[in-house]
Amino acid sequence: MQQPGRAAEIKAIGIGKSFGSFRALDNLSLDIGRGEFLTLLGPSGSGKTTFLMILAGFVQPTEGKLFSDGVDITDRPAEQRAAGMVFQGYALFPHMSVEANIAFPLKVRKKSAADIKRRVGEMIERVGLKGHEKKLPAQLSGGQQQRVALARALVFEPGVLLLDEPFSALDKGLRGQMQAEMKRLHQETGTTFVFVTHDQSEALALSSRVAIFNHGKLLQVGAPDEVYDRPDNRFVAEFLGEINMLPLKGVKPAGNGSTGLCEDRAVSMGCKAEAVRGDAILAIRPEYMSISGEAADGENGIAATATNSTYLGAATRLDLMTRQGAKVTVSVPNEVAAAALSKGNSVWLTWPAEKGFLLPHGGQ
Amino acid sequence: MRSYLSDRMGAALLMAPLLLFLVLAYAWPFLGVVKWSFTLPTPGLGQYEALLTDDLVQSVFIRTLRIAAIVTVVSVAAAYAITVVWVRGTPAQRLIAEFCILVPFWISVLTRAFGWVALLSNRGLINTWLQAIGFISEPLALVRNEFGVIVGMTHFLIPFAVFPLASAMRSLDDRVLLAARGLGSSRMRTFWTVFVPMTRSGIIGAAMIVFVFSLGFFVTPAILGGGRSVMIAELIYLRIFQSPDWGLGAAISVVLVLFVGALMALLFRYVRPKQLI
Repeated sequence: MQQPGRAAEIKAIGIGKSFGSFRALDNLSLDIGRGEFLTLLGPSGSGKTTFLMILAGFVQPTEGKLFSDGVDITDRPAEQRAAGMVFQGYALFPHMSVEANIAFPLKVRKKSAADIKRRVGEMIERVGLKGHEKKLPAQLSGGQQQRVALARALVFEPGVLLLDEPFSALDKGLRGQMQAEMKRLHQETGTTFVFVTHDQSEALALSSRVAIFNHGKLLQVGAPDEVYDRPDNRFVAEFLGEINMLPLKGVKPAGNGSTGLCEDRAVSMGCKAEAVRGDAILAIRPEYMSISGEAADGENGIAATATNSTYLGAATRLDLMTRQGAKVTVSVPNEVAAAALSKGNSVWLTWPAEKGFLLPHGGQ
Repeated sequence: MRSYLSDRMGAALLMAPLLLFLVLAYAWPFLGVVKWSFTLPTPGLGQYEALLTDDLVQSVFIRTLRIAAIVTVVSVAAAYAITVVWVRGTPAQRLIAEFCILVPFWISVLTRAFGWVALLSNRGLINTWLQAIGFISEPLALVRNEFGVIVGMTHFLIPFAVFPLASAMRSLDDRVLLAARGLGSSRMRTFWTVFVPMTRSGIIGAAMIVFVFSLGFFVTPAILGGGRSVMIAELIYLRIFQSPDWGLGAAISVVLVLFVGALMALLFRYVRPKQLI
């Protein structure tokens, strides 16, 4: 984080943090690659913000080490790390104009007046705040304040930009616009971005990798499609979106994948039954399931009855129940839903083998 | 509507004794003072003309403004330091600061003035000690002059400056300070360029309160000034109780009240009343 203009590479080894008897973060090891866009995702109290504050240097870890470009920065105070940071609520200096806010980190670094003027001007242009230079933060809209916060955090070309739920105060339309803007800034600056959010769709849309936290533990790190399609555990599977879970018996390896019995019918999975044997849970995202009159031999399928439907405009959300009482939700074209409901009796739910994955029975 | 009206009636009834007291004990007698200023010893504007020409009155006015200004600067600076500790210190530091702020409130102004005399006089503790360690040979003139008055008044007024400052510091968003540090600013720089400007309303409020109080100070200057550093309130007292100059004393009072009123009006243009407590 110390070389301006160059994206930093961060390595956290065995980071832990306790506040009294509360364990906020437990034995976290994570490599953040040069120039990547990493999202820390989790519910509130999961430890994601604590980890961001440790990266910024505002919170001292109880144990573990932190390296930036190979240099140990565990004990380095925040003002010497100088990571760019965008706070929740922006934390702009209320008594300074837009221009003065953005110039602040450059003045601290004793840049020449001409240099400051040029770089602040460029940054104002880049985030689209031209014409607002002399205004105070209170005179700006939420989205404009957000841009000032981004400009102020990026103007000194930090090795890493840390963002703490920056969009939580914006309405939906503006949020989408700012997300696009942030993605563009990431590409233009090439800086390492570490972004905290509790919004899974935001995480999947923006990041090159997502790190999922719960109860102070890092559960899984991976590319968005990786964590979405192949979650390691039930929490990750459920947190990233809707998921249908069917009880599975007699799971055993078969070729490159595995097989098992789902309500007395043989089904196959594309994934290997590594940790899982015997009883397990078969998890399938609703969008990968379809409805048909019957399932062909060898096709993955389960019989179910439609119980309820919700019209969503583009599609209909259909709730079904299997013969043994498992609840399944799918999103299907409106006419398919109508047909399924009108039949009143059983339909077949089918899915491709590679879209189902195994989770251990019971716990997380 | 009914409950709104009855709430207002209730509030008015609760306020009534205080308003009545203020009218009977201050406003009404003050009208009498205004009347004196235009009628004694002879009807007319003679006393106000005298105010403009009398050298003694003018020098006392100027001294009062000078002392009030110095006391304001010193009190607000000292109160600022104490308040930072009180609002942002560790629990133990907060307790000590609170003690330093509250204890002076419980001791009478007279007791404290005499306490300072005991410390500062020629044969007081400070001079005796300094002579004992050989630091000085002749006692320093620490009291019965402007210095003594300033020390005593500052000590009295610091707690009054603390409350508006504490109110401003408490409402400050901590994340802004974190942001400054995160952007590379040292603690010192963050304090001067972010913390102090963001507590500006508290500083203005504290300065105005201390200045206005200082203008009307009587007991402390009378005791610690020892008659050599007379301030405006003492001058009014002398004119009314120790000379037959009631008209002039009344005219000075009227000018002082108008001046303070103008300052308060200015204060409330910049600061809301609730920021002062």
